[in-house]
Amino acid sequence: MVKNVYERSVDPATRAMLLEADRAGIETAWDRFEKQQPQCGFGQLGICCRNCNMGPCRIDPFGEGPEKGVCGATADIIVARNLLRMIAAGAAAHSDHARDAVLAFKQMAEGKAQSYQIKDDAKLNALAAEYNISTEDRSKEEVALDLANVLLSEFGKQTGPIQFTRRAPEKRLKIWEAVGIEPRGIDREIVECMHRTHMGVDNDPVHLLLQGLRTGLADGWGGSMIATDVQDVLFGTPTPTMSESNLGVLKSDEVNIIVHGHEPILSEMIVAAAEDPEMIALAKKMGAKGISVAGICCTGNEVLMRHGVPAAGNFLQQELAVITGAVEAMVVDVQCVMPALGSLASCYHTKFISTSPKADFPGTVRMEYHEEKALDTAKEIVKTAVENYANRDAGRVNIPKDKSACMVGFSAEAILGALGGTPQPLIEAIVSGAVKGVGAVVGCNNPKVQHDYGHLNLVRELIKNDVLVVTTGCNAIACAKAGLLKPEAAKEAGPGLRAVCESLGVPPVLHMGSCVDISRILVLAAALANHLGVDISDLPAAGAAPEWMSEKAVSIGAYVIASGVYTVLGTVPPVLGSPKVTGVLTKGVGDVVGATFAVEPDPFKAAGLMIGHIQEKRKGLGLKT
Amino acid sequence: MKEILIRPERCMGCRSCEIACAVEHSQTKSLFGAVAEKPVPRKRVYVEFAPEYSISVPMVCRHCEDAPCVSVCATGALSQDGIIRVVTHDMEACIGCWTCASVCNYGMIGRNKEQRIAIKCDWCPDLELPACVSACHTGALVYKEVEEFSGSKRAEAALKLARGVTAGESR
Repeated sequence: MVKNVYERSVDPATRAMLLEADRAGIETAWDRFEKQQPQCGFGQLGICCRNCNMGPCRIDPFGEGPEKGVCGATADIIVARNLLRMIAAGAAAHSDHARDAVLAFKQMAEGKAQSYQIKDDAKLNALAAEYNISTEDRSKEEVALDLANVLLSEFGKQTGPIQFTRRAPEKRLKIWEAVGIEPRGIDREIVECMHRTHMGVDNDPVHLLLQGLRTGLADGWGGSMIATDVQDVLFGTPTPTMSESNLGVLKSDEVNIIVHGHEPILSEMIVAAAEDPEMIALAKKMGAKGISVAGICCTGNEVLMRHGVPAAGNFLQQELAVITGAVEAMVVDVQCVMPALGSLASCYHTKFISTSPKADFPGTVRMEYHEEKALDTAKEIVKTAVENYANRDAGRVNIPKDKSACMVGFSAEAILGALGGTPQPLIEAIVSGAVKGVGAVVGCNNPKVQHDYGHLNLVRELIKNDVLVVTTGCNAIACAKAGLLKPEAAKEAGPGLRAVCESLGVPPVLHMGSCVDISRILVLAAALANHLGVDISDLPAAGAAPEWMSEKAVSIGAYVIASGVYTVLGTVPPVLGSPKVTGVLTKGVGDVVGATFAVEPDPFKAAGLMIGHIQEKRKGLGLKT
Repeated sequence: MKEILIRPERCMGCRSCEIACAVEHSQTKSLFGAVAEKPVPRKRVYVEFAPEYSISVPMVCRHCEDAPCVSVCATGALSQDGIIRVVTHDMEACIGCWTCASVCNYGMIGRNKEQRIAIKCDWCPDLELPACVSACHTGALVYKEVEEFSGSKRAEAALKLARGVTAGESR
């Protein structure tokens, strides 16, 4: 097993902890992944169907066995139906997160969630203006209540439009209308996916895939965008700030609390509670020097972007954080939380605390939060962690020293602010060729890829070729750990991008937030396209998800493509069992929405595909290549 | 000398062995490459369902000690290694007369549709463990020497008998 450590990750802290796991005889996701080999061929190709109880049915990919399921569904139909269900699940995850953010916002406006307040008045007013909500002679709370109600209505809308889709360029909206993929309501599209994939409903692969694009759009320009914007009003729109990243941010002499999952609703309160003098005094009484909060996954990104709370690691490091032996509490909400944490935490003193009313795991201490008493719950959680410090076994503490400084907090507003309030300077840099274009690199970790290898090599290759990178999610944390989010990382960029970054004092890789914050990238892309009077698909821009694994990533892929951005996937989606679906996604869809998917596991070749696409778009705009 | 031996009671009928076999006998030797290949890669292991007992059985060439397919092959396409006893098939020499298929007691001769010649299990010469065996998650296929396989079955059966004796004593 030890020999595999270097093959498993390029991250030094991760390697150190994998060695420790090996020494302690502890299993991680990488070991479980190995035990799953070889993984089911039918599953990998997407040609098994469990949607009714005449099945399960499978199609023989080599044509010797069954060519149809019991109902007559072909590989094309089964693959398309399965993909649509993945999109529905991903869109549901982002959008249900958004719903909770809006419900918290509404309770705040009604005065029922006293711990929350409006942190960004300007954004509140801007959103109110988008919805034609009057702000004159009205209290912030009155405006917020009206806004909360119209935002909530986006979920249950039946005939559209979802207001934020209006941020897209006129040409894009026309395409969506002409193709019939303009989303009608967030919940409606997700429900319709489940209906269409029920036995005996929609059985045309192209028809199914179009619903996938529509559902994706309901996520990207609906659910995800609402989550981002409401969270900005409630917790503040991120602005550039410095922090640190990797397991080395954990403190050997302080109480360590990790917030992990995807929502900032409770973690904001935990950050506040950890600064409470009463709690700090208690920590000191327990023999700790203080209380340190660090994040993992996108809950981590949310508090990193807004408060500079250090990021302990990305998705595949969640177990490793516990293995440091220095974590008093692993506090989780929803999404990407491994159920393995329960039995792992029981091997250490770590308390595994689940907080969301909708997510529990084996071996948790249950501390459910509700908006009306969020701060009380947060204090209780922090207190539990502080008291648990007494149970820490100093002999088992093994914190890797690795960490890196990072500059984070690049919301679309912050980027435009840094440019002087208009995208013009960035456009000029693109026109001059100093910056060739923009690459959006996002997504998860996946043990199918050497941890962070796909992320870092792709990003480095892009900036080296003068492509400005915007990042979110676990790619952002990978870049932060590797020092690519430091302004000095401009040295790794090509000469054109380097000069632009150095003049602005920003890194060549801009951290735009959590995975719902890919909506910020859409807003930025729309701003650039609108400023130029072109469509998003005309921009010299491309996307990539080098290590993606979740259904949310599939929904993101759907809306990014439908928004006109060419996207390269680093792991193979379960569609290759259908030549038809594969053809539509990698070719046919381009004729409809002006963007396609490509699959390329090699990050260097993936970067080449993106740069090639960017050059082609530059040519299209009459820019020198 | 190791054999592919079958423990039918463990087969769940997932057909992972069939997929792994076809992939191992493809040009690219990768699942995602194999599905797009022409000629289509062919499997040499077959999961047969016995409806009377609702049991799936993975069927694979026995590489018989006195192999009928080898003895009837007119062109010498089928031959048996004198030491490891693997029965191999030379595609160039095969004329597709199907005499081998006629005499095989287990139905282990398949057909390459494009070239209209026979195909059969070759114990995956490039692999330490045949692809079907490593693909089997439940251990229905094992790659062991008969002595070892039978030995462990014998030990299991003996344990059951011993348990019976103990139960008798306590009565």
